[in-house]
Amino acid sequence: MSENLLTLEGVHTHIGAYHILHGVNLTIPKGQLTMLLGRNGAGKTTTLRTIMGLWQASQGKVTFGGRDITQLNTPQIAELNIAYVPESMGIFSDLTVKENMLLAARSARRASQMDADRLKWIFSLFPAVEKFWNHPAGKLSGGQKQMLAVARAIVEPRELLIVDEPSKGLAPAIINNMIDAFAQLKASGVTILLVEQNINFAKRLGGTVAVMDNGVVVHAGSMAELAEDTALQQSLLGLAL
Amino acid sequence: MKTLDFDWKPLALVPLLALGIFPFIGSSSTWITLTVAGLAMGMIIFIIASGLTLVFGLMDVLNFGHGVFIALGAFVATSVLGAMSDYTQSESMLRNMLAVLPAMMVAMGVAGAVGLVFERFIVRPVYGQHLKQILITMGGMIIGEELIKVIWGPAQIPLPMPEGMRGSLLFGDAAIEKYRLIAVAVGLLVFAILAWTLVRTKVGLLIRAGVQDREMVESLGYRIKRLFVGVFVVGSALAGLGGVMWGMYQQSVTPQMGAHVNVLIFIVIIIGGLGSTGGALIGALLVGLMANYTGFLAPKVALFSNIALMAAILLWRPQGIYPVTNR
Repeated sequence: MSENLLTLEGVHTHIGAYHILHGVNLTIPKGQLTMLLGRNGAGKTTTLRTIMGLWQASQGKVTFGGRDITQLNTPQIAELNIAYVPESMGIFSDLTVKENMLLAARSARRASQMDADRLKWIFSLFPAVEKFWNHPAGKLSGGQKQMLAVARAIVEPRELLIVDEPSKGLAPAIINNMIDAFAQLKASGVTILLVEQNINFAKRLGGTVAVMDNGVVVHAGSMAELAEDTALQQSLLGLAL
Repeated sequence: MKTLDFDWKPLALVPLLALGIFPFIGSSSTWITLTVAGLAMGMIIFIIASGLTLVFGLMDVLNFGHGVFIALGAFVATSVLGAMSDYTQSESMLRNMLAVLPAMMVAMGVAGAVGLVFERFIVRPVYGQHLKQILITMGGMIIGEELIKVIWGPAQIPLPMPEGMRGSLLFGDAAIEKYRLIAVAVGLLVFAILAWTLVRTKVGLLIRAGVQDREMVESLGYRIKRLFVGVFVVGSALAGLGGVMWGMYQQSVTPQMGAHVNVLIFIVIIIGGLGSTGGALIGALLVGLMANYTGFLAPKVALFSNIALMAAILLWRPQGIYPVTNR
């Protein structure tokens, strides 16, 4: 059994007067890809934002690599080598693609100080990043922005990569490209937590899966198991593969 | 692509305003004098406004107390220059600069230090609460003005321009005050340093990114609140520098001078687009030119000409000429 990198125990989150997470229990095994699935409003994005400290957990515990990170602020959590790609992608549209990448490379003060070999690998995953290197990021298409958002998250080695709905609004060809990229990242041993609504995307990447509903995790297991059980999909997600 | 995509229309407003007003003024020498005076005034306003626009853009903080740093800088300059009268009364520009430069440095240092305290005790408790920010920063400015009265007295204090900076240079029939050329040069230097910092350094990159999406900057592992404190202190120091320039421009200082300039500063940052340094520069130049042209052509109109300018710009671009935040 593999070691868990990230653990959420009984996590509750309130946003203003709204009680969104009602005791989330979730484990993310080290070196694996975990899919967080669920209907709209199930609490997936809130879970990710709570992990990142963007919304504070009102109760419960978040542990990363054995360390309690519940009370840490967002920069402190990111410094633990956790990369986060929000649903909005968080691209700085007035900056160039290069400047977006440089910003994420915390150890580099200039573009020339970024790891050239790693950049080469990233360019192989996302050719658009290289092609539009000196262009304003705001001019990229939706798919190219998503590629940049993921490329930015991996510009330096990270222990955990958290990505919120990478396939949202993308054309099928771009989704295929994204799946290939995540498959390569998965093979490289990075721990990945992906939120998805696109069940086909999730099915093709496999790994472990957790399904959320009404602010709690209602199912956890392997993706293969869920993919084979149409009745379970129907009851958990309200759809069939 | 970056160069081609540059939005040049706002930039064209400055020459368009200057050239468009020329037929109404008639005399080319008067036009040159007014234009240089407007540019000088605009540059001083820009020095003061540049920090404030970044403070808003980065942390969504409405600092209505910015004016106190202007007054503080000007009053500190009266003390420093008063103690160096041998230098200021000399007709040598070099000797004048040996007094003016330390006065500017001390004014910036004091304004920056007070800015640090102001941010910690007045601004920080009201992050994210606009109404409270307006009230408490205005209150902070009133307290600051009263403290200035305690130290320097309530009366207007003269801030005479050093001897070597007085007088005009003649370009044909046009007389251009030397001090206005100095103000333009200082303004351009401040803009160049700011632009270099924002474009060429990682700190500048963080500020530009933070203005757009501070949550994402924090998600990348940077402590944006620390960055904000730095920007607030630099913005206060620049306001102090602007206060020295403005005081010498007016040749006198009063504890309320900051509150008077505050109105122009807010017009400038609204015209420029909240958070935009380039927008603040263009906005400041437009405000400076408009004030000088209307002051000459129709003094009664001058009172509201900048409000009308702001309204016209906002009708054209409701977010300001170079919007960088989505707020």
